[in-house]
Amino acid sequence: MQEQILIQSKIEKGDFTRGGEVSSSLKDILRKLGVPSDTSRRVTIVTYELEMNIIIHSLGGEITVLISSEQIKVIAEDQGPGIPDVEQAFQPGYSTADDFVRGMGFGAGMGLNNVKHYSDQLTVETGQGKKSKFIASVYF
Amino acid sequence: MKVTELVDKLELEVVAGPFEREISGIYVGDLLSNVMARAQADDVWLTVHGHQNVVAVASLTQVAAVIVVEDFPIEPAAVQKAKEMEVTILRTPMTASDLIRKLFELGL
Repeated sequence: MQEQILIQSKIEKGDFTRGGEVSSSLKDILRKLGVPSDTSRRVTIVTYELEMNIIIHSLGGEITVLISSEQIKVIAEDQGPGIPDVEQAFQPGYSTADDFVRGMGFGAGMGLNNVKHYSDQLTVETGQGKKSKFIASVYF
Repeated sequence: MKVTELVDKLELEVVAGPFEREISGIYVGDLLSNVMARAQADDVWLTVHGHQNVVAVASLTQVAAVIVVEDFPIEPAAVQKAKEMEVTILRTPMTASDLIRKLFELGL
């Protein structure tokens, strides 16, 4: 099966009120497609964390989710400001989130860790002052 | 046990719902990434948060109900969103630990 777009959505910086909407819509689509629940759960967690990452840390961005016969691919692209040290960003507990964000139960340094844990393959293109692009794949 | 039974037995305040669900477990946590990763469908989720993102996480994890403990405030926008997304939100003055003891006594 050729890769097809399941969902593509712009995400605004700081838009907490809509946090999780892309993941929720995606979850409904996956259920209607009959995607196995474990695969759906992993894709949903990865998408949710990348969605919140754009809202909390970036200047805004976009999430695109693609499906093929082999995998579901979540692509999260943002407008910067980039991650200076990727290895550090993936350390459990490491976070640059402010107190407001932490007070809502985010920014505990577990989000990117979840993305890595629940995806089968993950690539990150970023750097200080650059746009970031995450490509996370979950295989069937 | 059904959510309505729990509401009656523990005199929980109904904030949104109840959208009738069967409860099979308990999850306690306030870090949303952990809840996303660990909470199971049909759990009751005990938290201090009462904002809209709790509703999103509850819907994504398919928990049977959210129970806001220690009478923490719940945003009106969260209540509205919970109704739209059919997420049950309950509230109690009890602490999480006191509530867990009672949930155990009820066989959960």
